[in-house]
Amino acid sequence: MIDHIIKSYDSELDRLTSEIVGMGEHASKQIHAAIDVVERRDERAARRVVDNDEAIDAMEHAISQDVVRLLALRAPMARDLRAVFAALRIAADIERIGDYAANVATRAIALSMVAPVAPARGLRRLAELAQASVDEVLAAYRNLDAERAFKVWQDDARLDEAYTALFRELLTYMMEDPRAITSCTHLLFMAKNLERIGDHATNIAENIWFVVHGAALDAPRDSRDATANPDWPQLGRAPSGEAGQ
Amino acid sequence: MNELAATQHTAASLAPHNHIEVRGLDFHYHQQRALNNITLDIPARNVTAIIGPSGCGKSTLLRVFNRIYAMHPGLRASGEVLLDGENILDPRYSLNRLRSKVGMVFQKPVPFPMTIFENIAWGIRHHERPGRAELASRVEQALRDAALWDEVKDKLGGSALGLSGGQQQRLCIARCIALRPQVLLLDEPTSALDPIATGRIEQLIDELKRSYTIVIVTHNMQQAARISDRTAFMYMGELIEMDATEKIFTAPARKQTEDYITGRFG
Repeated sequence: MIDHIIKSYDSELDRLTSEIVGMGEHASKQIHAAIDVVERRDERAARRVVDNDEAIDAMEHAISQDVVRLLALRAPMARDLRAVFAALRIAADIERIGDYAANVATRAIALSMVAPVAPARGLRRLAELAQASVDEVLAAYRNLDAERAFKVWQDDARLDEAYTALFRELLTYMMEDPRAITSCTHLLFMAKNLERIGDHATNIAENIWFVVHGAALDAPRDSRDATANPDWPQLGRAPSGEAGQ
Repeated sequence: MNELAATQHTAASLAPHNHIEVRGLDFHYHQQRALNNITLDIPARNVTAIIGPSGCGKSTLLRVFNRIYAMHPGLRASGEVLLDGENILDPRYSLNRLRSKVGMVFQKPVPFPMTIFENIAWGIRHHERPGRAELASRVEQALRDAALWDEVKDKLGGSALGLSGGQQQRLCIARCIALRPQVLLLDEPTSALDPIATGRIEQLIDELKRSYTIVIVTHNMQQAARISDRTAFMYMGELIEMDATEKIFTAPARKQTEDYITGRFG
């Protein structure tokens, strides 16, 4: 893409991009830190992760202000308009990703107070997949690479599968040993949070597609959360009313 | 109207009707080609904006629509411009008839150096022979339609040159619509006006499109975005892209259009 005639316009758009990337990198680190404190059962470190979420909220606020200023002063059109609009939406998605990472850390505090259970290990794989999606979608955003974004969008199915598998494992544990219910319930919510991070990464991928192609990403994909399907659990009764928090 | 054109007109009035159809239009200023094989449709009772950098041919295209060029030797248009199915480039299509159907407003308001009333009445008398009462009511209606009546009704006998720029431009629009044309051509109608006067003209255009087919040439892309239904982008005498205004300003199909409207034309 060639530069604008007014050069300061380009630098403002570039600044918006780097703000988004910076915010995304921060959220990615939060996911990493959150899973780390789960495994280390480190309550103080978990509180630091929760506190660090404030920085992400502040970045989202700054990005919103920049978007409003760009809209008012530059009146962007066409691809520029799509880029500015997408920046606002992507910032909101990253803000949610940060919230989910903080939620995982909050539950890590509770989890560290009860006896450890084996499935906690399965959470790491989920966190790695979620973080990889976020890193990859940020790279796609930085280069405005719609194909790379589309790949992230497709690969979310792997995270969904891992979540479904862990969900099943946790149910089995709870049925085998009711004393594990407290820990496993925390783990279920943490797993759900990580699965939701993947959904926000796919939202970001859709926005990248929109910036590049000027149209919505429209492709078939498997439904998100197989555990919400009434036909799903072959074992026991289906849990319901599970909110992603 | 010949029989073929009459049939087309009837058929077209069922579907969204293309008031003006341009087919393979070329235009030359002496040896220099200003328009190259332009083909486009202008729907009735819509606002069509033509945008593009200086010298792209947008004003030339507008001027072909009422054959203003006809008074200059060495200027020639070829191809077809169909108004309700009739080719207005055909020399047998009389200029008087064309100008009564297609009115034009220019960048700088050019009121005649006469009273406000006479500015409107003069054109009506040129084409028709109305009685005094009818003439007065036609003048009033034109001024009302141009959203100027309330501001000038007490000074119709005063000179038009005493009006503000924005009022003068609305007077020119009133002068145009007094002749009850079907098409209004606006060539940069607000570029000499302040934002308030511009807003009034844009509001007026929005009202007039219920009764008229409007084609506006503008350098102000925000204006094209605000008031037009369809936008044509021209560059170096060619039509690059024409589509719904919303499409052009959010996701244009052609790279040249994108570069121009995002301010990247180098």
